[in-house]
Amino acid sequence: MIDISDVSLTLGGSLILDHVGLTLPKGGVTALVGPNGAGKSSLLSLIARLRPLQTGRITVDGLPVDTTPTRQLAKVMAILRQDPGVASRLRVAELVGFGRFPHNGGRLTAEDRRIVAETLEQFDLTGLASRFIDTLSGGQRQRALVAMTFCQGTDYILLDEPLNNLDMFHARELMRTLRVMADGHGKTVLVVLHDINHAAAYADRIVAMKDGRIAASGETAAIIRPDILEAVFGFPMRVETLAGRLTVLHHA
Amino acid sequence: MTVVSVGRPDGVLRAAGLAGLLALTLASLFVGVGALSPKTLFSDPEALRLMMVSRLPRTLAALLAGSALAIAGLVMQTLARNRFVEPATAGTAQSAALGILLVTVLWPEAPLGWKAAVASLAALAGTSVFLALVHKLPPTQPFLVPLFGIVYGSVVGAAATFAAWRLDLLQYLEIWTTGEFSGILRGRYELLWIAGALVALAWWTADRLTILSLGRDVGVGLGLNYAAVLRLGLVIVSAVTALTVVVVGIIPFVGLVAPNLISRFAGENLRHTLPWVAGTGAALVLSCDIIGRLIRFPYEIPVGTVLGVVGAALFLALLFVRRADG
Repeated sequence: MIDISDVSLTLGGSLILDHVGLTLPKGGVTALVGPNGAGKSSLLSLIARLRPLQTGRITVDGLPVDTTPTRQLAKVMAILRQDPGVASRLRVAELVGFGRFPHNGGRLTAEDRRIVAETLEQFDLTGLASRFIDTLSGGQRQRALVAMTFCQGTDYILLDEPLNNLDMFHARELMRTLRVMADGHGKTVLVVLHDINHAAAYADRIVAMKDGRIAASGETAAIIRPDILEAVFGFPMRVETLAGRLTVLHHA
Repeated sequence: MTVVSVGRPDGVLRAAGLAGLLALTLASLFVGVGALSPKTLFSDPEALRLMMVSRLPRTLAALLAGSALAIAGLVMQTLARNRFVEPATAGTAQSAALGILLVTVLWPEAPLGWKAAVASLAALAGTSVFLALVHKLPPTQPFLVPLFGIVYGSVVGAAATFAAWRLDLLQYLEIWTTGEFSGILRGRYELLWIAGALVALAWWTADRLTILSLGRDVGVGLGLNYAAVLRLGLVIVSAVTALTVVVVGIIPFVGLVAPNLISRFAGENLRHTLPWVAGTGAALVLSCDIIGRLIRFPYEIPVGTVLGVVGAALFLALLFVRRADG
């Protein structure tokens, strides 16, 4: 369970998060949506203890994120921020291998190597394993970073716009992988998404943010409604059921 | 599983590298004004004395200083997350020189160890300020970092020069700012073993340093004690630089060229590349010292001057030769 209570954040005099309270049960895929500047990434950073908590309280699996040792948290929760700007000349396999750092302190065990090889295979990176990441395309690098995050093997996975730079094929693959992680491995996934239809198709729950507050939160079908989406994003859009799936027609 | 070991240069390369370093070491032991050959070494007690008092210490000093400076550069690049900074230009060495100047004025009879300690503290302060300022620079402009480093290093260096001029110590400052090994004798270089130990410490923490280079967010996410590793890196950079400045003087370009050269071929997984960077630094400094001894024999040219030329040429070559892997 991720429990957020009364969290506010002020940066440079402006209020980024305004008394946010949210409880996410263990398991399932939760999509965090909302317009730019709604506070999604800031909230994710606070949950992942990348930013110090100013007020309020956040626990992940019962562990307070501001007082639990960071190494212990790293075995419970993995985070991939949007565009972490990784510039080191590491090979893909080496980068993904560092995902095992919280467990092994740097020395890969046979078990770690097996997990790394599996993860590389899972993310279609085996052929790129010995390439330096600074020679990859943006999408390939993004996949390598997501693979490193998964390789951490945590129960909670936080991803900030992981579909950035991914083509349709790999975006779909990643969303399907998130579903498998949640359904087959009991992982709890919290993912910031910009494409509302990815959220509609793959998420169990949607949390919509606007102006630093939680605007709406609930089962996917309860959030993918024209009135709620208009209130969050600020323009009217149609919601249709196509081939049994809720689809938002926001292009018109 | 071979996938995760691809970064390791293979055994043949490793053997070749070690053989090259060994050949340079032997050359250094037998090149100099006093004639010395492997044959006379065991028959002539004077030759053995020359070897033990001068040649061996000088060679060890060059090996230690070269490897330590290369690692200091590597660690500094990791801390600044920029490939084009090194302690010799970005203020660390200049701060160390300023520190020695201060201790020379305030406590002229201080033993070398204390001078090194004060120089290390001064280097630590100077490097901390540099890094704090660098982290405020916009990350979208990577070339601002080395530019800022040169400006910062020059300002600190100018402060040292001004202080030395007012105190009439300019000729002393010259000793610390121009790296040379001709004055190295037994009893005058042993502090460099501490720098060698710091290289071992850097290797010991190589994985943490590599994660540090991935940035704060990735580091914290992986459970790295980011602040502690940052401090450790700072101590390694500052102490290594200060020790070499105290014993040998400033040697430029080693910290820049050796890590960049190895990064080009073997990447930046420090667990695998750090010994290579150290070896490259040692070979570079030792060969430049040998060149300095030979170029206008029997006189010597300081290693700092030789490296200024050789290092600049190597660095330009690194910049302009296209990467083999595109």
